[in-house]
Amino acid sequence: MTSRTRALIVALLAVAALAVIVLTPLFGLTSISWSAILHPSSGGGQADIFWRLRVPRVLMAFLAGAGLAISGMAFQGMFRNALATPFTLGVSSGASLGAALYTLSGAQLAILGISGISVAAFAGALLSILLVYGVTQARRGMSTGTMLLAGVAVSFLFSSVILFLQYISDFTNTFLILRWIMGGLSVVGFGSVFDMLPFVAAGSLIVFFQRHELNLMTTGEDIAASRGVNVKSTKHVLFFATSLMVGGIVAICGPIGFVGMMSPHICRLLIGPDHRYLAPATLLFGGTFLVLCDLLAQLVIAPAQIPVGVITALLGGPFFLWLLVGSSRDLLG
Amino acid sequence: MQTVIDINDFSFSIGRKQILRNVSLSVEAGETLSIIGPNGAGKSTLLRCIVRILTGGTGSIRIHGKPLESYSQRELAKLVSYVPQADGRVLPFTVHEFALMGRYPHLSPFSSIREADERAVADALALTGMQEFRDRHLGTLSGGERQKAFIAAALCQGAGIILLDEPTTFLDPKHQDDVHRTLGRINRESGVTIVSVTHDVNTAAICSRRVMALKAGAVAYCGPSEAMMNNDILQEIYGKQFIFATHPVTGRPVVVPGEVMP
Repeated sequence: MTSRTRALIVALLAVAALAVIVLTPLFGLTSISWSAILHPSSGGGQADIFWRLRVPRVLMAFLAGAGLAISGMAFQGMFRNALATPFTLGVSSGASLGAALYTLSGAQLAILGISGISVAAFAGALLSILLVYGVTQARRGMSTGTMLLAGVAVSFLFSSVILFLQYISDFTNTFLILRWIMGGLSVVGFGSVFDMLPFVAAGSLIVFFQRHELNLMTTGEDIAASRGVNVKSTKHVLFFATSLMVGGIVAICGPIGFVGMMSPHICRLLIGPDHRYLAPATLLFGGTFLVLCDLLAQLVIAPAQIPVGVITALLGGPFFLWLLVGSSRDLLG
Repeated sequence: MQTVIDINDFSFSIGRKQILRNVSLSVEAGETLSIIGPNGAGKSTLLRCIVRILTGGTGSIRIHGKPLESYSQRELAKLVSYVPQADGRVLPFTVHEFALMGRYPHLSPFSSIREADERAVADALALTGMQEFRDRHLGTLSGGERQKAFIAAALCQGAGIILLDEPTTFLDPKHQDDVHRTLGRINRESGVTIVSVTHDVNTAAICSRRVMALKAGAVAYCGPSEAMMNNDILQEIYGKQFIFATHPVTGRPVVVPGEVMP
């Protein structure tokens, strides 16, 4: 595949993403026509639904999907394993725990205009990846397999702590945490979108600037180091960037699983392993994918809405199994 | 002659296990040196310390007169390149893509591939005779071709020193010859200093002017390759006697297998 073809695929994905972002807000429980949006007075509140509910929701789904997907790509590339993602390595549960603790504490802080819950989730995410990575480093001759197991262990540990917190807290908080853990994208207004945007933008920009490093890490840490990559600091930078994204997203949408695993993998099949193209492709694909999943979540048993996390998990579970059985080895060595 | 690698009293441990003991070695610019020794003698570890895949250890390693620690990983990669042992992993890149990644030390996060990078890749592929494989996937190459692709990628770094870890193990005789010839050409035409780890005593004697032998992490021999080819020295290194014959073309001694199958 030539670099021209790859650039073309990225361009096509961008067009598709744009189309989905523009068109999806028109669909939902009530269909909205263009004329109603353009002439707010005649639409009977349709313009309001469009601008205050649907557009922010679509934008947020896109941001969340994009951020989770590119985080997954960074982990998969860095650890040369299709199963290494924020979800499987316990980063999502770390972020969830951070956010849950913040919710229960009842604090309402904002640091430099960034909401406290996002900062708490970021801290939880960073803590968990450092824990998982630290545990595996402490054992000499660690394999990625060991790390995935450590990730599963940390994931279980943190989930149990969250369960425990739910158990001891009052009914309202229990419901809040439970509903949020299922993953949801319901928003009113653009506030949450603007809360999430800096996290995802900064994180994906950092990951994109590590594209050459990620390419070399895919070939193995020894080769990467001998080519001049500072492997340790690259990992730290990527841990920081992915924690930023996962924290910022999980704080608002809850842990939405599997987007981070499926999107980069599908994009690798589509466009190849070169992160110069893979990174933008994964970003666009992940965003588009989650917007469509969310639309499905709203329509499948309308008027009730399924949490989007349920949809991604329903699609992702079988995909995960397929990866375990099949082709992951060919793509990442 | 300029000393490009200067190792002085270097020791290295992994956990409690000491791998290298007080190793000293200096390598001159444009030299070809082989490192031999029994399995587990620390040959690979020494190479991995020089390119700083492994860090730590006591004593000193100097490259071009400056201590290893004073270089950033990127600066070091411009001076020393490394070809790892073949590990059978399939890398998902074409020869050209993989070679281009060898330009990493010359790229910045903001820059894209420049003409100079493409030229360096084309030169490296020409020098290793890999032009016709340019767009082939690494996974589709034979062992010898793969090894030459790795050598080409290492050359793209533009380093004057190349370290190779068992470049011809697992290759059939034709491809072994091919890789040795390629390395010889690189040394003659580009003046690249070549340090390679090998298990084959004959290869070491024929393909390099000088040999260093490690045994249990310590230097057991270091000197001209001809002077190594006798049982006083080889017995000391490998703990076994060798049978020698005279090479019918070069007239230099070679070792031959001692056990004859009935």
